[in-house]
Parts: sequence; C-alpha cells; structure tokens
Amino acid sequence: MDKREEILRISGVDVRKCMRCGKCSGTCPNYDEMEYHPHQFVYMVETGNIEPLMNSKSIYKCLSCFACADRCPRGVEPAKVVEAVRLAVIRQKGQNHLKASQVPDVLDEDIPQQAFVSAFRKYSK
Amino acid sequence: MVYSYFPGCTLKNKAKDLDTYARKSAEALGFTLEELENWQCCGGVYPMAKDEIATKLSSVRALADAKAQGRDLVTLCSACHNVIKQVNNDMATDEDIALRANNYLKLDEEYRGETKVLHYLEVLRDVVGFDTIKEKVVNPLTGKKIAPYYGCLLLRPKKVMQMDNPENPKIMEDFIRAIGAEPVIYPLRNECCGGYVRIEDKDTASKRSAAVVGSAADFGAELMVTACPLCMYNLKNETVPVKYFTELLAEALGVKE
Repeated sequence: MDKREEILRISGVDVRKCMRCGKCSGTCPNYDEMEYHPHQFVYMVETGNIEPLMNSKSIYKCLSCFACADRCPRGVEPAKVVEAVRLAVIRQKGQNHLKASQVPDVLDEDIPQQAFVSAFRKYSK
Repeated sequence: MVYSYFPGCTLKNKAKDLDTYARKSAEALGFTLEELENWQCCGGVYPMAKDEIATKLSSVRALADAKAQGRDLVTLCSACHNVIKQVNNDMATDEDIALRANNYLKLDEEYRGETKVLHYLEVLRDVVGFDTIKEKVVNPLTGKKIAPYYGCLLLRPKKVMQMDNPENPKIMEDFIRAIGAEPVIYPLRNECCGGYVRIEDKDTASKRSAAVVGSAADFGAELMVTACPLCMYNLKNETVPVKYFTELLAEALGVKE
C-alpha cells in the first residue's frame, strides 16, 4: 500500500473536502512551532507528498487539541491527518519517538501519571 | 442517585484532591459516586486512528460494566471524560470498531454505546442544578474573581462531547456563580495548555501555558480552576494560582477538611 493510501486509511479523513481556506492553521495554537502547518498536512497528503511530513518534527508538535478539526468549515479534521502521519512513522520497527529511558529526565515530584500515559500513547507504540 | 464512577489513574495518585473533594461534595449534594470495581487506565488520549482497537478496550470495559449495573457513568478527569466519551461514540456509530471490539471482548451482552457518559460538571448542572448548589452553599466565595479553564478536552470535538458551546462555554462560569464567586471570562479559556507535549518539548508547553494564564491574568483573574491534572501541572508554575474546581465546591459546601 502506498503511503498516501495508508494515511487516508488510518485517519479516515477525506482530504479532498478541503477548500484551502487556511482556518485550521490560523487557529492552531502551536502554529509557530511547526515546520508544516495543518493545512499543509492536508494538502501534502492529498497530493501524495508524504515523505517530507514523515521526516519533519512537526508530527510531534501537534497538541491534538482539535481546534483545527472543530473549526474547519468543511469538517476535514486535520488533527487526524497529523496523527496518521505520525503513526505511519512510529509504527515502523525501531521508530518509537519516546523511550522509557527518557522518563527520568523529565520526572519530577508533581508530574501527573496522565502526562506519561498520554505521551507514550502519542509518541510510541 | 448512584452513579458508576471512573476515577482514572491520576486521581488515585497525583490528583487525589480532585477525586476526594468530588466525592465529599457529591455526598453533600445527595448523589453517590460508586467506583467501578475493575477499571483500567483510559490511556490519557483518544486514539484517533480508525484501525486502533486495543487502545480503546479499557474504555469499552468500563462502559460495559456501567451498563451491566444499569447506571450512567460519571467521569471527572477531563482526559478520561474525553477518551471514554469518544470511544463510546465509536461503539455506537462505527460498525467496524464496534464489531472488532465486541469480537475480542466476548462480553455477556454485546456493547453498542448504550451507556450515558456524564462529566461531574454535567451532573452538577443537569441533575443537581446550579440553583440547588447555590442554596446549599454555606461558605460562598463572595467577590473572588475566578477564571474557568476548559482547555481542549472537555469541549472538543463538539459533535461528540456536547457538553457546551465549545467557542463560548458557560458551564464552569455558571458553576463559579453558584458557589458565590465571580467568573472571569477571558479569550484563551478554551485553548490548549500544551498538554502531553510537555514531555516532548517543555519550552513549547510552557509557551502555551503562559499564554493561557496571561490571558486570564489580563482579565483580572485571582485564581483559575480546572478539571484536568495535566492542565493543572502545566499551568501551575505561571502567575495565577490554579485549583481543581472540586476543591472550591467542597470549600463552598463546607465539607473541605
């Protein structure tokens, strides 16, 4: 299966619904931290230009806050596209982005369990 | 009224206050939270991928257990609420996910999203009623300017969560009024605190938290309230103190020890 097909299947998103208004990127709270922005994820997946997305740190910067998805006038849900691209990467052998050995570095007295379970769900398989 | 209750991993550990004050307040308000016997961690984030089943099963087990008890399922942590309610929606509307989850779990009775999932705040609003809470308040927090922080998890996706208007919510504002305080309505109350990205990139999360707290401070907040342990962790090192909303409820009801 080619990468485009894989992303579409994982995300369940119909990228062709996008009308390129840019509202998703306009409302993204983490826009400044991303090399590729939500509207670019949608367009690049539509056109099959997946490799640059898979190689970009942008896939780890999405907060999954769903601002882009809820505010999209066409119901495209870019957050699901970002998630699918990240999964296409981390589901590969040896591609876990977060490893247990990194935990001690971020551990402190107050950090909630929720932070770790969430981060491992997002960044590791 | 007795509800099945899903506390979640963090409420048993770093966020005990969120849980303890909720239970005490519930008793004072005439309802009981009965913890599910064998609940498992929800995973903290809703697995968006269409082909993920295993990561949704802990939610399905909790939902099916509540159904077997014939009760609504109450959640308190924003993340647990978001995950369980979204998985419940999958079980009701996504044939592929529902089929595969049921095939795996082999429950006595197939689960198809029958359980009603309520956040604690929804019980306060829709079952107890904010007017009743107002009557039961013995220590009103009069004059206190409190900024509600919704973050992303309670409100979105709006089609599934259906708690309130995600762009102009008022359930927490009404709660704050009910305990005698004054809600501070500020622009970033429904924007993300940085969430789990804190683990990956502390600076990015700090920027998001600082923006949220700065927005609340600009509008005169003396205190912020949240229902989410991760929001609490991200926000608490900024310029405005943060508490769990249940602590203020217990305080107002006179059951905080």
